[in-house]
Amino acid sequence: MKLKKNIATSEAGFIFNPATGDSFAANPLAADILARAKAGLDAAAIKADILERYDVAPGQLEKDWDDLLAQLREFNLLD
Amino acid sequence: MPPAASRPRLTVAVTGLNATDSPGPGVAVIRALRETTDFELRVIGLSYEALEPGIYLRDMVDKTYQLPYPTAGTAALLERLRYVQEQENVAVLIPNFDAELYNFIKLEPQLRALGIHTFLPTLEQLEARDKLNLAAFGAAHGLSVPTSRPLYSAAELPTAAETLGWPLVLKGRYYDATVVYTPVQAGQAFQRLSGLWGVPLIAQQFVAGQEINIAGLGDGHGRALSVVPMRKLTITDKGKAWAGITLEDEALLALARRFAEVTKWRGGFELEIMRTAADELVIMEINPRFPAWVYLTAAAGQNQPAALLRLALGLPVPMMEGYAVGKMFVRYAWDLITDHTEFQQVAALGEL
Repeated sequence: MKLKKNIATSEAGFIFNPATGDSFAANPLAADILARAKAGLDAAAIKADILERYDVAPGQLEKDWDDLLAQLREFNLLD
Repeated sequence: MPPAASRPRLTVAVTGLNATDSPGPGVAVIRALRETTDFELRVIGLSYEALEPGIYLRDMVDKTYQLPYPTAGTAALLERLRYVQEQENVAVLIPNFDAELYNFIKLEPQLRALGIHTFLPTLEQLEARDKLNLAAFGAAHGLSVPTSRPLYSAAELPTAAETLGWPLVLKGRYYDATVVYTPVQAGQAFQRLSGLWGVPLIAQQFVAGQEINIAGLGDGHGRALSVVPMRKLTITDKGKAWAGITLEDEALLALARRFAEVTKWRGGFELEIMRTAADELVIMEINPRFPAWVYLTAAAGQNQPAALLRLALGLPVPMMEGYAVGKMFVRYAWDLITDHTEFQQVAALGEL
């Protein structure tokens, strides 16, 4: 997952795309994932961290991860 | 910033005080001008109607004079401006309506002789970007514009629809536009728009996408000294931006710079852009003046009206680089309170 480099995110979960003016509200987990992605962590590292911190099955995480990527792509936030 | 008392005094006159639901740019231009650090300004409002809100914004406008309507012609306008000049010694005049620009451009030499400076496009530039000529303008400069054709009677609607497809956009010569989806709607819209604005109307191909506007300032030699793009966040039923946000997009800046370069545009301008799903930037309209949201340029760090003031006076203006991205405006309605004596003053004597 590679966020476009000019995408602005906040700790509160607001996402702003300065190229389109679109803004979005992410839930706390999505905001956390985006912050880690912006910090340069790769998908495997972020997923491993989620599996460690949350009670979630690997299969479910993969499914939710794909959903998140699809949404980010639809919102034009990924490179 | 030098203290106000040490700055040179300057009188500037501005039209477009109709800050209504389809606002003229005058009040926004004045608000931006008031932030100049170059001069201590006295602002003269020039109005056409006694109820233009800017007249009564006394902290913005020091004095207002009514002008004859543009249809009265250049002689009547010059006579009135001579009177204003005798009272006020106006150094710079900034017209803000499309429909009045022709007269002001024609009068530029006479105004200069009176000591009134302007910084306006040439008549050729004004004509080239006219809605009626937009298709040819796009073709001549390799800019993407929608296909359009003039309509002189409702009988031409079927042919226009056949050529341009449904839905169809019908536009008044200077103002107003509506999207129609059926022949019946098209007929009704033709009657309404031609009744309001006369003919020809313009039938334009409908382009779906995201509405973006760009405010710019051309130096008349091919350079855009300032370019600020804005996406409309709230749009009124008249299609006007009621809220907007500045964008960071090199393609938008490049498009505006190219416009200024190929036209050698002189003065303020606004490009109305549609960004399609395929990311194509289509110029829907070119306005030959600042937009009503131009204060956002000042708020974002590029004060276009203040820069135009300098250009009109022949002072240097450097290229403005960088502006605050994500800077927003949210317009609001406010009931100004005045007294009937002030209204009477404007209505009866033509000045306040």
